[in-house]
Amino acid sequence: MRLNCPHCGPRDRREFYYYGSDDYLTRPAADAPPAAWDDYLHNRDNPAGILRDLWYHEQGCTAWLRVTRNTVTHEIMAVEDVAALRAGAAR
Amino acid sequence: MRIDGKGRVDRSRPVTITFDGRKLPAYKGDTLASALIANDVRVVGRSFKYHRPRGILTAGSEEPNALVEVIGHANQTPNTRATVQEVFEGLVAQSQNRWPSLAFDVMAVNDLAAPFLSAGFYYKTFMWPRRFWEGIYEPLIRRAAGLGRLSGKHDEGVYEKAWAHCDLLVIGSGPAGLMAALTAGRAGADVILCEETAEVGGRLLSDDGQIDGAPAENWVDLAVAELASLPNVRVMVRTTVTGAYDDGTFGALERVGLHRRPRPNLPRECFWRIVARRSILAAGALERGIAFENNDRPGIMMASALGTFLNRYGVVPGREVTLFGNNDSTRLTARCLMAAGVSVAAIIDARADAPDEAGTTVHKGAVVIGTRGRMGLREIAVRKGSTEFRVATDVLGISGGWNPTVHLTCHMNGRPQWSPDLAAFVPSGGAIPGMLVAGAANGTFSTHGCLAAGAQAARVSLTALDRVAPDVALPQAEDAPYRIAPLWAVPGTGRAWLDFANDVTVKDVALSAQEGFASVEHMKRYTTQGMAPDQGKNSSVAALAVLADATGRGIPETGTTTFRPPYTPVSIAAMGAGARAEGFAPQRFLTSDQASRDRGAPMIEAGLWYRPSYFPKPGETTWRQACDREVTMVRTSVGVADVSTLGKIDIQGRDAGRFLDFVYTNTFSTLPVGRVRYGLMLREDGHVLDDGTTTRLAEDHWLMTTTTAAAGLVMRHLDFVHQAFCASMDVRFISVTEHWAQFAVAGPGARDLLASALGRAPGLPFMGVQAVTIQGVPGRLFRISFSGEEGYEIAVPARYGEALFRDLTARAETMGGGLYGMEALNVLRIEKGFITHAEIHGRTTAFDIGMDRMVSAKKDCIGKAAAARPGMVGAGRDQLVGLKPLTDTPITAGAHLFVQGTAITRENDQGYVTSVGYSPTLASWLGLAFLQNGRARHGETIRLVDHLRKVDVLCSVTDPVFHDSEGAKLRA
Repeated sequence: MRLNCPHCGPRDRREFYYYGSDDYLTRPAADAPPAAWDDYLHNRDNPAGILRDLWYHEQGCTAWLRVTRNTVTHEIMAVEDVAALRAGAAR
Repeated sequence: MRIDGKGRVDRSRPVTITFDGRKLPAYKGDTLASALIANDVRVVGRSFKYHRPRGILTAGSEEPNALVEVIGHANQTPNTRATVQEVFEGLVAQSQNRWPSLAFDVMAVNDLAAPFLSAGFYYKTFMWPRRFWEGIYEPLIRRAAGLGRLSGKHDEGVYEKAWAHCDLLVIGSGPAGLMAALTAGRAGADVILCEETAEVGGRLLSDDGQIDGAPAENWVDLAVAELASLPNVRVMVRTTVTGAYDDGTFGALERVGLHRRPRPNLPRECFWRIVARRSILAAGALERGIAFENNDRPGIMMASALGTFLNRYGVVPGREVTLFGNNDSTRLTARCLMAAGVSVAAIIDARADAPDEAGTTVHKGAVVIGTRGRMGLREIAVRKGSTEFRVATDVLGISGGWNPTVHLTCHMNGRPQWSPDLAAFVPSGGAIPGMLVAGAANGTFSTHGCLAAGAQAARVSLTALDRVAPDVALPQAEDAPYRIAPLWAVPGTGRAWLDFANDVTVKDVALSAQEGFASVEHMKRYTTQGMAPDQGKNSSVAALAVLADATGRGIPETGTTTFRPPYTPVSIAAMGAGARAEGFAPQRFLTSDQASRDRGAPMIEAGLWYRPSYFPKPGETTWRQACDREVTMVRTSVGVADVSTLGKIDIQGRDAGRFLDFVYTNTFSTLPVGRVRYGLMLREDGHVLDDGTTTRLAEDHWLMTTTTAAAGLVMRHLDFVHQAFCASMDVRFISVTEHWAQFAVAGPGARDLLASALGRAPGLPFMGVQAVTIQGVPGRLFRISFSGEEGYEIAVPARYGEALFRDLTARAETMGGGLYGMEALNVLRIEKGFITHAEIHGRTTAFDIGMDRMVSAKKDCIGKAAAARPGMVGAGRDQLVGLKPLTDTPITAGAHLFVQGTAITRENDQGYVTSVGYSPTLASWLGLAFLQNGRARHGETIRLVDHLRKVDVLCSVTDPVFHDSEGAKLRA
């Protein structure tokens, strides 16, 4: 498996650390109800098909990446830079 | 026996090999199988279950019978296929699965017990009584089961792994593969051609065919020479492509040194990962057998294997050959045998309309119904219509048709399709992205058809690679049609073998269907058909055809089992090459490593780091003596320890303070320049991630330290929080762990030691930092303590680390102090109640460790919301406490805590111990533990129980800080 890092080009998966679903990007507000936090922390879909998840180019540029891929065909549709996606987000 | 003038072995280079203790002559270029045939060895192994005498069945890597142990200097490789192992001077091999000898095997009694050993025997027999399993059944079955043995020693052999990239990977080098490689090579593409055997050529070397009016091997030689002249083509012989994976990645096993006398540094095998933009599968086809009664006698083999042994190796396994088949392949074999002067007694052809053959008798519409000759075939029984007769023969070549080698096309969920014309499964198109299948692997069996398909596949691949596909003139070759009448099993009452390797018969498959295991996947598991080292290469299609017949379904409806990598067995040692002993993980050494080893310090692993455990003095015989002395030394004098393994992260930017406020529970943006603050980090789920100190070196410049264990984890976490939630903040960070060597100087004499080293008094308040120059080298001095004594940590660029360490050590020793190691460091921090990852082990909260007041109410931080969830705080939580045994008795980490008088059961568990150590300061064992509602229970007596290490002690529950709880020494 190779990921096409937007900074480094196609690199072997051994250079990357796998985190999990991109749900981790949508952090609830500090005062959000417990159900929202429960959802954020624990509830994940396990689709046979398109999945978006987070990878860290630990042995490369240290960018966090959002990978869109198909769990059935193993096709990788997109590899995007998380910081660029989130540049407009608050804080 | 050898046939003069035949074969490609080098008769000018004789070698001697040993099989079962017998020295045998062979030639360079022989396989062990061809050498055994040349020496008229007929029985080479005993079958798995019934211990039946077995001979060589095939000439290739699909061999199910001729599995031997190859005995090396430092290793013993079981289940080596004699058809793959090449000979070399001094090769030692022995047969397996027999005792005491191949000729007389005690376990052959199983063959007589066959009526009781049908499919599912184990499932049905060893069910009860249940308690018999571990003591009786399992050892019994284990002793009787299995093939070959290992040496029991470490495999000292050298293995390698390697990566390769190419435009086009061609798998197989028969007519299709060679033509594809030539076409793509001439067009300038970067080509890798993999060939499983020692020589390029495939069936062109095995069949006695012609190309352009001359022997086919002449054309092969020309092609090999041309490929060798092309710098863009790599030819890899002895390399089996074992698996097809995502993104055009293939696994391949190269037998680098297995065909040569072992010598140091000669790798045995190399496991390749080949990344190819396009690929062509030209892996050919495997001939299949026909099941009939006693079809497993030594001397019965595949018809095509007879051709391979004759034409490649110049050997035949007997004097009088008979052939049995349902297609024209038997004719090819018959002709080359007769041309070499070998007598062909008859061809038994199941087809009533079979053609005649000059030079031998063809029995049309006839089948073999039985055989005789337990240790070697003597005679076969034939039925033609209503008449039966016998034929004396010592070799029977069988051809039940050809199965295209579809395996790799199925490694990514592809399923092969049934072709009624070929009576075989052929690959489904597009099953592996970028792969085309050409030649016999695609069901094209004529030489001309293979050459044309190889060229065409290369042209399509070149176009896909944006290269101009050249016109290639095809050489002239035979283009005979493939004519077959399917025949899987000859009806009969005796045992007829399908899977030779696992001893599965036609009856077993029928029984499986009868007992309800009618799906092909169930049949496989019930009978074990296809589960031997050959993975059913010789038997799976026939077995599912028999199953289809037994269930009344067609073959396409029955389907195949799942083909999975690897195509042939791959040794774990090759896949894990390099990852043995010191190669298993990287090693990280401190700048003081040599200085510590010079003082005899044993090293302990801390993650990838090696840290000194203790520094023994003359006369000390145990680690405890050294540890006690070092602890007392720090408490009363001064100690020096290397603490460089702590993670160090340099943080810069205008928003760094705000960023730290968000990752730490407490506030950092208010920290003045020149000050250090202890901080606690949570995971988003509310549990403690890590702790450490962060220093403000300048307005926009910070230095964070992490624990040794969590350095990488914290770096990843900071990068995530920054990029995911604070991408617009002006903050950047980088790990500087290895850039700085850092030493703790602790104890009442610490200030004096530093004064002598710096040439001035440090004059630094607790939790302060200052830039210093030590012997001309700029460094940083922190006043922080992990021991509870007045403590400093001094950091210099790593290249000065060893010199400073030796200097500080010498100064400490003149003051009556010295070095202390990890053991003492651990005791010192337990005495002071400081936590490590033994306490913040991933399931504890800030509340549990008594630091809930460090979670600032004024701001949000990672983990804050989750840390406030119900259940994360309160009396129900296990809270950090100290433990002190009431008697002078060792206590253990991992022990559990119980209220006195209650039963020692899981339900009554009150908590557990995380750290222990003997405190010379307090002359007592001390422990840190998590106890339910522990902070309210100081003074209580609790029972500590460790069943594993037989400890049962009463302890007093205390505050976790045993030593200097006011911190007067720390702040002195």
